[in-house]
Amino acid sequence: MNNPIVSIQHVSKNYGKHQVLNDISLEIYEGEIFGLLGPSGAGKTTLVKQLAGLEEPAQGENYIFSEKMPRLDLIKRIGYMAQSDALYTDLTAKENLEFFAALYGLSGKEKKQRMNEVMELVSLTDHLHKMVSDYSGGMKRRLSLAISLLHSPGLLILDEPTVGIDPVLRRSIWESFKRLKEKGTTILVTTHVMDEAGKCDRLGMIRDGQLIAAGTPKELMQQSGAANIEDAFLAYGGA
Amino acid sequence: MRIMALVIRILRQIVRDKRTMALLILAPILVMTMLHLVFNGDEYTPKMGLVDLPEKIEAQLNLEHAKLEYYETEKLAENDLSGKKLDAYLMFDQTPPSVVLEGSDPNVNGAVMRWVQGALKPLQPNGGNQEIKADYLFGSGDMGQFDYFGPVLLGFFVFFFVFLIAGVSFLRERTTGTLERLLTSPLRKWEIVTGYIIGFGIFTMIQAAIIAWYTIYVLGMMMEGAFGYVLLITVLLSLTALTLGILLSSFANNELQMIQFIPIIVVPQIFFSGLFNLETISEWLSWVGPFTPLYYAAEALRNVMVRGFGWEMIYKDLLILLAFSLLFMILNIAALRRYRKI
Ligand SMILES: Nc1ncnc2c1ncn2[C@@H]1O[C@H](COP(=O)(O)OP(=O)(O)O)[C@@H](O)[C@H]1O
Ligand SMILES: [Mg+2]
Repeated sequence: MNNPIVSIQHVSKNYGKHQVLNDISLEIYEGEIFGLLGPSGAGKTTLVKQLAGLEEPAQGENYIFSEKMPRLDLIKRIGYMAQSDALYTDLTAKENLEFFAALYGLSGKEKKQRMNEVMELVSLTDHLHKMVSDYSGGMKRRLSLAISLLHSPGLLILDEPTVGIDPVLRRSIWESFKRLKEKGTTILVTTHVMDEAGKCDRLGMIRDGQLIAAGTPKELMQQSGAANIEDAFLAYGGA
Repeated sequence: MRIMALVIRILRQIVRDKRTMALLILAPILVMTMLHLVFNGDEYTPKMGLVDLPEKIEAQLNLEHAKLEYYETEKLAENDLSGKKLDAYLMFDQTPPSVVLEGSDPNVNGAVMRWVQGALKPLQPNGGNQEIKADYLFGSGDMGQFDYFGPVLLGFFVFFFVFLIAGVSFLRERTTGTLERLLTSPLRKWEIVTGYIIGFGIFTMIQAAIIAWYTIYVLGMMMEGAFGYVLLITVLLSLTALTLGILLSSFANNELQMIQFIPIIVVPQIFFSGLFNLETISEWLSWVGPFTPLYYAAEALRNVMVRGFGWEMIYKDLLILLAFSLLFMILNIAALRRYRKI
């Protein structure tokens, strides 16, 4: 494999006495879809927030594009979609897109073109002029995704992107991940849904703040002798 | 560019929220109108007594717009005054003449004194404003009038509404996660604060201009100085309200908690802003005044509106207001470090 885009080195984090991340080391390579799999409360969000520049580790370091985070010029090259939708519900989808596009320095024709592209990608073109308060949960999720794609980031960090999205749309979203990957985008997704994990190139299994296993889905199933990802997770988790 | 994006977004949100926008402009207008009606009402026609008035002088006086009684001696007039048949009487035994007021109702006192000044104007050499000696049977002439506390209230309403609206909208930015989202964009912390200040600043300027214009030109609040100064003062005051509101919103978890700041932070300021005589406030409390922005704004507004002063009398107050805003801005930027260190 080629250069690591993300390099997490011995990262720990605690909130008071609560150890949320415990000595995590992990590398994510260019052009892969990496899945961070773990139950709710495992520490996935805490870890990806650090990669997005929002938090800092108590111990250890995070490197993105070989530079230590957090750094403002690195932030520009990352697309981040938070676990809960961060949208201005009193504005239309178009106004939301325009606002975030301007924050990333897009303007004029380029802005218009990117807005159309990303809305097409998430199948929301017909709802461009709707108020976000009139969107359904799944539509908001897709709009959040579209916004994180606006500035064509080299690294996409998606925190549970498919929660609340029906299976048909979920499949189409995964297809768009594949297309982005083909264009060279590195994608990090967190998920607690086991069958979704099988679609990733590589997986990191995380439980109670510890990385219990990492590898391709196939490797993980073979090594643990499990028939599916769920059994593999349970085998590694020692449960 | 990035700041402009923020400004445009904020203005769009304000304009979309018609109800809040109406509240910001109509509520102060409504309250000022009611105060105006309560305190200034229709011009009161005073019942005046004239004691021992020489005919030669009477011919010169402007005696319209009052109910007049003539008395031979002060004794008789005083009787009627305490019997509430008179509001006041004028005595001409010395120059300038002196006036004795019943004095219990500040509105009546005001009407009497205005009438007396008008009536005696022709007597005064070169039209100057000689001090007329006034005695009060009850009360005193220090009681407030709409003209006197109007400027304070103007400042107060601007402060109150800007504080609340800016605070709540920044709070929402935080609780809906969009603030965090902004901080995963290349937006710098000072750009966020500046964007908010410009966005709300533009709106506040319009709001302050409308309210000031209404109270001065429609309600006829006393306005001796320049309108431009009034605008400048209210804009600087709303800047402190804006920055303080945003700052305090980081200590609130929901809208209700933001509202809880009003009785703690906003309302007490009115006590130190000259609405009540500062000298009568207990020593152990009066030191608070200089720490409240409204104290300086009210002083400056009164200097311009009541006393007709200009730049040299208000620039110090303006600088202090600006210093408050700067301090709050720096604290705001520091508070955002909680979310992103850089
Ligand atoms: N700001 C915080 N303060 C205290 N505890 C927190 C904070 N953020 C997260 N935690 C705790 O850290 C643990 C991991 O949370 P999180 O990273 O959100 O898990 P996941 O995303 O895997 O569901 C949880 O137990 C959560 O309660
Ligand atoms: Mg999470």
